[in-house]
Amino acid sequence: MDVFLDFLIAKFNYWIYVILMMIGLFAMIAKNNLIKKLVGMCIFQTAIILFYVSIGVKEDARIPILTGHEVPHGGHYHTEDHERPYIDAKTVTNPIPHVLMLTAIVVGVSTLGVALAIAQKVHLHYDSLEEDEILAKVQLGNND
Amino acid sequence: MTEQFPILIIIAPLFGAILIALLGFRHQSLCLPTVLGSLAISCAAAVGTFLKVLEQGTVLYNLSGWERVTTPRGLFSVSIEYRVDAISGLVLVAIAAVGLLNAIYSKVHVVTETPNKVPHYYILYLLLVAGLAGMTITNDAFNLYVLIEISSLSSYALIAIGSRRAVLASFNYLIMGTIGASFYLLGVGYLYIKTGTLNMTDIHAALVTLPKDSPSIQVALILILIGLWIKMAFFPLHGWLPNAYAYSPTATSTLMGPLVTKVMIYVMIRMMLSLFGAEYVFDHLQWTNIIVGLSVIAIVAGSLFALSRSDLRKMLTYLIVAEVGYMVGGAWLANSIGMTGAIYHILSDAMMTFTLFMVVGIIITRTGKTELTAFQGLFRKMPITMTGFTIAALSMIGLPPTCGFFSKYYLVRGGIEAGQWAYVGALLFSSLINAVIFFRLIEMAYFHGGKAYGEEITDKDHEHHHSRGRDLDAQPDETLEQVPWSMLAPMLMAAASLLAIGIFNRPIAGWINAALETLNLAQGG
Repeated sequence: MDVFLDFLIAKFNYWIYVILMMIGLFAMIAKNNLIKKLVGMCIFQTAIILFYVSIGVKEDARIPILTGHEVPHGGHYHTEDHERPYIDAKTVTNPIPHVLMLTAIVVGVSTLGVALAIAQKVHLHYDSLEEDEILAKVQLGNND
Repeated sequence: MTEQFPILIIIAPLFGAILIALLGFRHQSLCLPTVLGSLAISCAAAVGTFLKVLEQGTVLYNLSGWERVTTPRGLFSVSIEYRVDAISGLVLVAIAAVGLLNAIYSKVHVVTETPNKVPHYYILYLLLVAGLAGMTITNDAFNLYVLIEISSLSSYALIAIGSRRAVLASFNYLIMGTIGASFYLLGVGYLYIKTGTLNMTDIHAALVTLPKDSPSIQVALILILIGLWIKMAFFPLHGWLPNAYAYSPTATSTLMGPLVTKVMIYVMIRMMLSLFGAEYVFDHLQWTNIIVGLSVIAIVAGSLFALSRSDLRKMLTYLIVAEVGYMVGGAWLANSIGMTGAIYHILSDAMMTFTLFMVVGIIITRTGKTELTAFQGLFRKMPITMTGFTIAALSMIGLPPTCGFFSKYYLVRGGIEAGQWAYVGALLFSSLINAVIFFRLIEMAYFHGGKAYGEEITDKDHEHHHSRGRDLDAQPDETLEQVPWSMLAPMLMAAASLLAIGIFNRPIAGWINAALETLNLAQGG
């Protein structure tokens, strides 16, 4: 049991993202209402954003902003030069996944915008946002 | 100047889109010249880049001039990098050429089908071409995701601009497409955890040093493959494609039908060969049997669905699904002949579907019918259009000297070499179905002149007199023949390119092969 708990807790960020992603995926595929599908899409995309954000985080690390005279360095400390101290890369979080997610958030927002516009047009044409009602109307349209 | 060619391919349509957004709404007459101008620049730059690649090998381009930096682990890319080899060069030329020809072809369609939205339409059109070309050229895994979304977002809107049904189809495509792109993004995340870089060349260099049986790399490959398969409409995941392409405006289907799925297949091949590496994907994983098996199902199912459809554009969309199976199977045969066939088929299938969609677009607008029966007696009324159709049909069936024959030749040879007999059988079966579908249409177009309204024809003269004019609700033949040259010329050029790609198959296959050798896929060839 303890081993299992350790396993759960050590990787809890992955568990959370997987659970959120499954909720989102379920809503996208199984929900009948188009807007609920889009809510699922948002949860799905946010789960991936959380995943990326969590992989950039390090324990006890500071924000990745260097003051004027600090120089980043991957290896060991150089303490001789007090004027320009080297900053160990282990002590700052990795900013790249976070920056990538800025782009992904923008992409997600624009996808949602396009999706809502299309949903609005669907409502305009079929007077409904429930998928089964729309499909019934499509069938009706095919028959006559 | 020539070193700036790779970026010009992307930048020209992008700036064209911005220019239309700024000026097009007030001066609608500027829209089409801007589109044509920017796509012509893009096309010229693509050809220039390709010639340069043939001359001096792979071309690398660092965005905003950030050169690679030296680290203890070797050269390391710090910026987004564009990379053109012979394969992506060919695909780029095809994308730019199809974009340009389709812009000329759809001049009339855009105005008639989306009357109040001409500038909107052309902005999205250029963004879609820029996104597709960017996906082909970029060497950065995350940049690829952004470009996938650029092209997808514009294609959702380009589809939804069409009829009532198109809006619903576009919504379904959006849901499926977002799932696909998100899976791809997730896969890239796993690769980033393992390698700490997003540059494809660097990821490959890092993956080679890592233990091969790492589950996260396998998960990354699976996620990326599923994401791309959704996007390319590989058979069980093809649900979004038929409606989206069949109900969209003509100009959208003629642009997306040939390009989107094919570019996705190119991206998959890129992922397999230059990101994960042939030795990992083929020698280590041994998934050939599973994925070629899936492609066999895709080919057979796509062909049968195509055979059962009576709507012209629906039939073509299912043929695309079958052709996707050809290429995925060919790429996973794990030998260089199959891979050459898959890449060669990307080119020939892009041009074949392009020609067919253009012909069908012409026929639907001129006859007003979307059923297969629209073809009845068309040979006499639209001889030029039907010539293009016949060439494309022969190419789909796979008769020499059209390119369809040579791509099937390479694919079948690759299948025999890999011992994948089911795949070879599926290819031949699909050719047979294509023969049934297209010879039926050609026969209708040639011989069924007067049977459109179920009348019995007793003698030849009778048929000759009555078939004229009756078929099309007293519309005289002459108006039917009056298809503007802006439609006919691109269609004929595409049809001619089918012959040209077929006749020059040796040099094209040679270029592809040479590029594959640098990617360690020479064994078994």
